[in-house]
Parts: sequence; structure tokens; C-alpha cells
Amino acid sequence: MMNRTRSHMLKFFEKGMRFDGRKLDEFREVSVEYGISKNAEGSARVKFGDTEVMAGIKMSVEKPYPDTPGEGNLMVGVELSPMSSPDFETGPPSSGAVELARVVDRGIRESKAMDTKQLCIEKGVKVWSTAIDIVTINADGNLIDASALAAFAALKEAKMPHYDADAGAVDYKKKTSKPLPLSKVPIAVTVYKVGNYCIVDPTSEEEDVADARLTVTSHGGKINALQKGGNYPLSIEDIEKMVSLSMKKAQELERYL
Amino acid sequence: MGLLVKDKDIVVPGEDLAIGMDYLPSYGTFREGDGIVAAKLGLVSVEGRVIRLIPLSGKYLPKRDDTIIGRVVDVTFSGWRVDINSAYSAMLSLKDATSDFIARGSDLTRYFTFGDHIVTKIINVTSQNLVDLTMKGVGLRKLDEGRILAVNPYKVPRIIGKQGSMVGMVKDATNCRITVGQNGVVWVQGEPENELRAVAAIRKIESESHISGLTDRIKAFLEKGNSKE
Repeated sequence: MMNRTRSHMLKFFEKGMRFDGRKLDEFREVSVEYGISKNAEGSARVKFGDTEVMAGIKMSVEKPYPDTPGEGNLMVGVELSPMSSPDFETGPPSSGAVELARVVDRGIRESKAMDTKQLCIEKGVKVWSTAIDIVTINADGNLIDASALAAFAALKEAKMPHYDADAGAVDYKKKTSKPLPLSKVPIAVTVYKVGNYCIVDPTSEEEDVADARLTVTSHGGKINALQKGGNYPLSIEDIEKMVSLSMKKAQELERYL
Repeated sequence: MGLLVKDKDIVVPGEDLAIGMDYLPSYGTFREGDGIVAAKLGLVSVEGRVIRLIPLSGKYLPKRDDTIIGRVVDVTFSGWRVDINSAYSAMLSLKDATSDFIARGSDLTRYFTFGDHIVTKIINVTSQNLVDLTMKGVGLRKLDEGRILAVNPYKVPRIIGKQGSMVGMVKDATNCRITVGQNGVVWVQGEPENELRAVAAIRKIESESHISGLTDRIKAFLEKGNSKE
């Protein structure tokens, strides 16, 4: 099936078209919805066509890690819900879920988009811990870009809860108007390689036949993080092509935030 | 007493359709006490004394003599297991697959292998819902190239049309090869531009099949596409 679908798909690519009528470098309809959860500090729902993910931010006060005593903690978790695709099973996080979480995490961490030093309450004792949880609602390809976008949308919308210094605890009922210390919003765009063609925002059908993928998280033309996936290697020319395409599309995606 | 709903009414599971023994329950309905109750979401069809439901959606239920499109999911010693887009999987045994002589222990993936799509026919469905398939018949074959679409199995009659009129119209207008399986799996192959139009037409039939004047609308839709070229 793979090969049959693939060769037919390549015929479409040759004419600059895809199975759903899109151009090779065209995203599906993108939508970003803010504030979908009452209890989260910040939340967002992102849709790319039939792909739908939700992200939520929860802030808590914890002990910092020994190597970063003066900085807030950051955690990203992804759940690939079994309801969102027949390929996902219940149980401990799959390698796909772990990779997805790490790619999103790295995009935020390495871009230094969040000034975690501002999230320190008492050095070495108490810092804010930011947990970003991402859940897939429907998986029809390109979960990486959708998850990263949802995570950043939620971060952008999040407001700090009130920290009661006397009680030494967070009062979640009192929300402040203070946003998280976000300085920029890097965007992840994954470019997939099928044969000699590069496409963005693949459906699951296209993901299944792709040779390799490269996720570029960038901001203002600067690369913050990279992740390569898939079974086939990429040449230097491939990577150059994919990175420039990704950065071009990132500008487009940024407008949705 | 008597009928509680009109012909072509939309009913939900559990809805009372009739009271009394004047009516008979048929597909998608059952008798409970004196009455007849709907088992599915669908349109009521009253033919004489018989009350039937035409479901609006649901999974495919295998029926004998249906021509369907399946996907090979396993190769066993004696044949192939096929996913038929249903709750039940089907078995294509060696003797129904080919008339070639096959030596014991030979490689069956030469005929059909994992992931192959095949046009096949159901020869039998047992009371335990074991489904047997055959490849012997007109038009039954392995599919190559092309793409597979999943549609609502209960819309398949509308996609095919009377004596294949609807799918024939799409085929003629788009120059595509199309095979519609009774199980809601459709295979389409053609030149990229044309194939996209064929797929759009099939999707339009699927989503608008309950609105009258479907044939005319699809015809207009296809003609509009043709004049654009």
C-alpha cells in the first residue's frame, strides 16, 4: 500500500498538487482558540484541518533543580490520546509522545523565549514551575507544528496565579494580570521530504509515505532548535532547502498567534 | 394504535415507531411488547405493513454477494486476512484467490501482500460473522496506484446511483477510474486535476445525498469544473 499510495502521490507532487488539492508548501486551514480551560493558567486549542490539539499551562511553586537554583522549572508533557487516532494506544508514553514533548520543550528552552530567571521566588528554595500539557484531540498529521503552536499560544495567554508568601502556597483562586515572562514566540515548522519533494503540514496519509522530516523552530530568521526524523538521510542541500522553507512558513504561522 | 411516525421521518434509537400488531419490524427496528422501536438513527421507510430503517450512518455490516474493497492485513499459511472496514475481518482462502497451482510452503506475498488493496466479493457470512471472500468474478482484482477514500457505507447507494448512473456521470466527466465498494471504501485513479474533481464530487454526493435534486446538482458541479479548463 505504502508504495502504491506513494507513487501516486508523487505524480501529484510533480504537478505541484497534493491529494487534498493544496500546493506543496501550503498549510491546511489554521485556527487558534484561546482560553479553553477554566482551571489552567493559560490554554489554547489549535486546529490544522482535521488535526486538533489542546495545550494547557499550570503554574506551581517547587524546589528548583540543583543546576539551575535561580531559574524556574519547565516541563512539557504530551498525551497522544487513543481517541485521536487508531494508531495510538493507552499505557506509558510512546516514543512518539516523548519525542513530540521534547521537540516542543526544546523550542521553548533553547530559544530562551521564557526568562526563567524571573520565575525565581527564593534562590535554591522556591521557584515557579511551568507545566505545559498537550493533548491530541484528533491526529491527522503534523502534530509537531500543531503542538508547538498550541503550547506557545497557551503560554502567551497565561496569567500568573497569586503566590501567598505568608502561607507559602499558591492561591489559584486569585489570578493576577501578570503574564509569563515571554520575550518572543518562536514557531516550529516541520518540512517533510517525499522523494525529491518537500512538503509542509502533511496529513497522516502523507506522513506515512514520507522519507524524512526536519523540524525547525525559528524566530525572526534565527534557528532555535532542530529535530530530524524519518528513516532516510538528508543531504546538505536538502537541509538548506528545508530550513529556508520552514522559516518562510514560520512567518506565515506567526500571524495566527 | 397504529403508526406513530411518518414515512421518511428521522428517528433516534429507542423511539417508538408503531403500536400494535398491524405492523412488522424489519431492518433497524425491533419489537418490544406491543410496539416497534427504532434501533438506529435513520430514516423511516414504511412499505405496506413493514417498517424499515434506512440508517444515516454506522459501520459496515458484511453481507453475502457484496463487492467490497479490502486491505490485506495478514498473510497466513492458507490465505489472507483482509480488513473490510467493518467490525469483522474477512478471510480470503487460497482456493478462492487464484486458480494457479501453488506449491506447499510457497511465498503467498507474490499474490497479495501486506497493505495491498483488493476488490473482492463476499461469498459467505456465517452466523458468527466469519466472512469469506473470493477473487473469482468480473472486476475482482488487486488495485494498484490510485487513492483510497473512506465514505459512509450507508451513502454508497447514492454514490453509485441507479444502475451506476451517478458514479458513471463522475467517471465520464473526470476521466477517472472509480471503484465503489459496498463497505464504504472507494478507489479513485486519474490525472491529478481530474482526480481532485472526482474526489470533490464524491464528497459532495456524500454530504448532500439527503437533499433532493442531487443528480442535477452534481451534474452542474461537474460541468462547472469542465468549463473552467
